[in-house]
Amino acid sequence: MIETAILGAIGIITVAAAVGVVATRSVVYAAVFLLISLVGVAALFLMMLAEFIALAQVLIYGGAITIVLLFAIMLTRAPEQTNVKDNAQRPLAAMACVGLFALLVAAALATPWRTREPGTDPMAEFTALSELLFSDFLIPFEIASLVLLVALVGAVVLTRSGREGA
Amino acid sequence: MSLLDLITIAIVVFVLFNGILTAVLGVIWAERKTLARLQQRVGPSRTGPSGILQTAADAIKLMLKEDVRPGSVNIVIFYLAPLLIFTPIFMLWMVLPFGPDWVLSDLDIGLFYIIAILGLSVVGHVLAGWASNNKYALLGSARNAAQLISYELPLVFAVLAVGLLAQTATDRPFSLAGIVEAQGSVPYLIIMPLGFILFLVGALAETARIPFDIPHAEEEIVGGAFVEYSGIRWGVFFLTEYAGLATMAFLATILFLGGWTGPFSEQVPILQPFYLLVKMAGIILVVFWIRAPLPRLRIDQLMAFAWKIAIPASLLNLLVVATVVWVQHQNGWELWVTSVTISVVSIVLAAATGIFIQRRREQRLRQYRQRWAQ
Repeated sequence: MIETAILGAIGIITVAAAVGVVATRSVVYAAVFLLISLVGVAALFLMMLAEFIALAQVLIYGGAITIVLLFAIMLTRAPEQTNVKDNAQRPLAAMACVGLFALLVAAALATPWRTREPGTDPMAEFTALSELLFSDFLIPFEIASLVLLVALVGAVVLTRSGREGA
Repeated sequence: MSLLDLITIAIVVFVLFNGILTAVLGVIWAERKTLARLQQRVGPSRTGPSGILQTAADAIKLMLKEDVRPGSVNIVIFYLAPLLIFTPIFMLWMVLPFGPDWVLSDLDIGLFYIIAILGLSVVGHVLAGWASNNKYALLGSARNAAQLISYELPLVFAVLAVGLLAQTATDRPFSLAGIVEAQGSVPYLIIMPLGFILFLVGALAETARIPFDIPHAEEEIVGGAFVEYSGIRWGVFFLTEYAGLATMAFLATILFLGGWTGPFSEQVPILQPFYLLVKMAGIILVVFWIRAPLPRLRIDQLMAFAWKIAIPASLLNLLVVATVVWVQHQNGWELWVTSVTISVVSIVLAAATGIFIQRRREQRLRQYRQRWAQ
């Protein structure tokens, strides 16, 4: 009973914050809402006894991604209240969002989820995950980090050439 | 989980929270007294015996002070930021064990929890600097974020090496209680001195203590991210800093000093939290001692140390531990062989790092002298 109530509260906060991200006009508020939403997702994972996934969510999205976003916003001195009220791309964006949402829902419903009984050894799952990550899925895992590195170097190169006026 | 459980959790959290606040008052008093002694002063002496009530009086003053808020700040985020800074530090105490049974939640991946939650406090600092709408505050928070992100790496690598090493002696190598059990009577400070030094340096930088107090250098940027805060909101920043110091000292005790183990700690369980707190107090005193004679680093020195020395050294440390643990796994060595091997290699590495730093310094000095001679 209490678990259901907590789960519901976390769900409401997560969805409300996610709505806030797109509804607010200030980019910094959007970043803060995004942080709340991402940590809410982590809390949802925690309620499903997936501690490792929850902590990875906090570490990567809550810590790293949000800070990078905030840094970008602050260092580029984005105006606090941008007055973008409407845009010709709005129908297209709505269609893309609804399409993605439908795709994700379809994927979630089609996937046969495995569940874990409370009280089973969480370390076993942790070990299995790390073994998969460093044996069968080593190359995709490394390629993902390589893509991030390329993006990083690319960003540096882009800003450099802009500064020199080349 | 029933309602009763929730109430019990709430009471324990309340007691722990107030315990941390009281401990912070004690730590601040101890710092003022120690610093005063190191500088041949007396320190606070009027309020209570040996001035022990001085910080309590300061706290009351801060709470009663008018809460001044400049008109140009962003109100919501300005008020949100102190909470965002303090909450992660407090959340860390959920997994910190005072003894084998004295822990709120002995997570199996407690080490990973600490790494994850530690990164969150940067967000609060960045938001505080931005919301203050003040160039010094923004500079301070930019410095803070750069420093915290840079020094998180050596800290995390040192912590990971501890987890790897603990794996040889326990099947719960990422739980803090498991790490203490794995150490037994030989603390990891002896096996892995390089790791301990890197952890301590990283912890000093994470908590922005002198010589790493660049984010709120008073003489340059008048306090950094919290320049616009006053009263108890400023107090919360101050509190977080000392709570962070206490947390780091606690972690260092658990990870490197054998936690609650000590003479007769098995027979007399009540001694366990006592040993832990004594070791923790020892580390805090070392931090004060480091603070007293050292000047503040320049920001380029800070970054150079992080990326050219601390991170390579911590990676090397991790590599050595991983290799030796792997070889032990392959050959079925006794545990003490592993420990001695890592210990010897680690001491050699620490010495090599020290010599390297010294050489570089001499080289720099020679360069400066040549430049001045011309």
